[in-house]
Amino acid sequence: MASIFRTLADLWSLVVGLGITGKEFCKPGVTVHYPRAEVTPEAAASFRGPIELIGLDKDPAKPKCIACMLCVSACPSNCIAVTRAPTPKPTPEELKAMAEAEARGEKPKKPAPPKAPGTWTYDFSLCSLCGSCVEVCPVDSIGFSHDIYMVGTRREDFVFDQLARLARKAAARKAEPKKAAPEAASAPAPAPETAATPASEA
Amino acid sequence: MHSTETLRSHGTACPATSADGGCTDDQIAGDGYTCRFEQGARPESLILNMGPQHPSTHGVLRVLLELDGEYIVRAEPVLGYLHRMHEKMAEVKTPAQFMPNMGRVDYLHALAWNWAYVGAVEKLAGIEIPERAEYLRVITCELNRISSHLLWWGAYLLDLGAFTPIMYAFDDREMLLDLLQLMTGSRLTYSSFRFGGVYTDAGPAFVQGVRQFIPHLRSRLPMYTALVTENIILRRRIEEVGVIPQDMVTRYGASGPVARGSGIAYDVRRAEPYSVYDRFDYEIPVRHEECSMARYMVRMAEIEQSLRIIEQAIESLPEGEHMHPKAPKPSFKLPAGESYFAVEGARGKIGVWIASDGGKTPYRVKLRAPGFSNLALFAECARGTLLADAVAILGSLDMVIPEIDR
Ligand code: SF4
Ligand code: SF4
Repeated sequence: MASIFRTLADLWSLVVGLGITGKEFCKPGVTVHYPRAEVTPEAAASFRGPIELIGLDKDPAKPKCIACMLCVSACPSNCIAVTRAPTPKPTPEELKAMAEAEARGEKPKKPAPPKAPGTWTYDFSLCSLCGSCVEVCPVDSIGFSHDIYMVGTRREDFVFDQLARLARKAAARKAEPKKAAPEAASAPAPAPETAATPASEA
Repeated sequence: MHSTETLRSHGTACPATSADGGCTDDQIAGDGYTCRFEQGARPESLILNMGPQHPSTHGVLRVLLELDGEYIVRAEPVLGYLHRMHEKMAEVKTPAQFMPNMGRVDYLHALAWNWAYVGAVEKLAGIEIPERAEYLRVITCELNRISSHLLWWGAYLLDLGAFTPIMYAFDDREMLLDLLQLMTGSRLTYSSFRFGGVYTDAGPAFVQGVRQFIPHLRSRLPMYTALVTENIILRRRIEEVGVIPQDMVTRYGASGPVARGSGIAYDVRRAEPYSVYDRFDYEIPVRHEECSMARYMVRMAEIEQSLRIIEQAIESLPEGEHMHPKAPKPSFKLPAGESYFAVEGARGKIGVWIASDGGKTPYRVKLRAPGFSNLALFAECARGTLLADAVAILGSLDMVIPEIDR
């Protein structure tokens, strides 16, 4: 007799489980049905997407980067390659000044290379999104983008020319005046507030 | 799978086996492991290769089994399919550059590995950590532990043939991952602890989210119990299956829920308190049944205890910095010496030992993965059990293969 009751009690646990499943079945779904729906930008705001360069406040198409190469050496996976912009050819006046200085026995003052990158490439296929580069950059020129839907069919699709990408993004933002206004107001922090910009606070 | 037929045609010993035990020419007869394993087989038994691509071996674990009918005569886990040379990488990268690796050793409890490594480096270099960062580490690490246990819960039941629970587990886990994403920027392979602090400070959104999440998960746990824990099919499937006596635990050095399910109340957070764990009031769940169900119950109880820790930590979260002002630059050099730091991961005791000769990169780094020791006892534990029970035992050990192989 006791064993019958026990079996019934045991079987009841299955009914309870079915009841829970039935209740959940009637509730609305919780998943985002990509591609019919996409994750909201707010939800992606704190996500570390591929890194991007951050433009100057007054000229968003030009990066803040001063080509110090700190990010290149901090990156664990050698994703970043930066070259300095070429030194401009000295103007005739500068050439003359240099020649005069040499004649006087002084060290001629050569024009310094500009503190700006000539090329800035980034290989997303190697990147582990660790954030070392973002942390180390002294002028906060690197940030995480939030492009979470990114596809490519070849490896090269993920090697980005960041200078071109920045210019493209800046142009796109310009073409969209409605969106540009609030973003320009918060220009120093290009990523939404939840995104990590700890280097400045540390 | 090697049928009895192939075995018999070769006799008990594989002909391709040379004197030293390795295969020489006839590779069709099997790899070195199989050849060696087959030698001990009885003529009437069946050699079965479970894995490396088997859904219930979670990743790429391979288990060689000798079966007598449905019963396991011998079992031997074969490792190395996911070996990525993390320890070697640690020798050629600076400590800061090696940090992202720690998120990928155990992808389910990545923050515990983050912590073990930063802990060892901080100990060796004498780096201080602000109080707020300690609290944030505790909170995120415990959240990560819950997400690991939830995933284990879903996946284990999936192994045992129950499909729906993983959907519930992932529903709750998604909320957790949203919270962790606020702090770490990623959803799985976190790299967010830093020498001298944590990467991001907790904003109001995170604190608020955690405060809401705790009652939410608490309200879901009774449903988990009603749906699964009390389900008679599960109980019959895992109760008294995979008994691991205490002496087996100590012989193999198992830790975590595997040890606590066998009545050994060992938890690094309590035994060798690190960080600020000694300030919180929580219990170490222990069961004495020694079976798979005991390990299951320990993990379910740990979810509740982690919630308790998080609740206390978030309420007493001190103000201040999340990075020490004197935190080292990424290019800092480790002083010569050795250090060891252990933390309690979701699977057991995680230890990182660093030896440095004062160079740019550590001289040697040893990672102690709890899963490795926990899996080691499988060969002994599975002997004499049914093949279907072996799946239940493997799952109850909660293995993450990349951690075992490192
Ligand atoms: S996020 Fe890390 S891996 Fe990626 S480019 Fe920056 S430093 Fe390199
Ligand atoms: S660390 Fe910043 S400033 Fe220096 S090269 Fe990289 S992006 Fe440019």
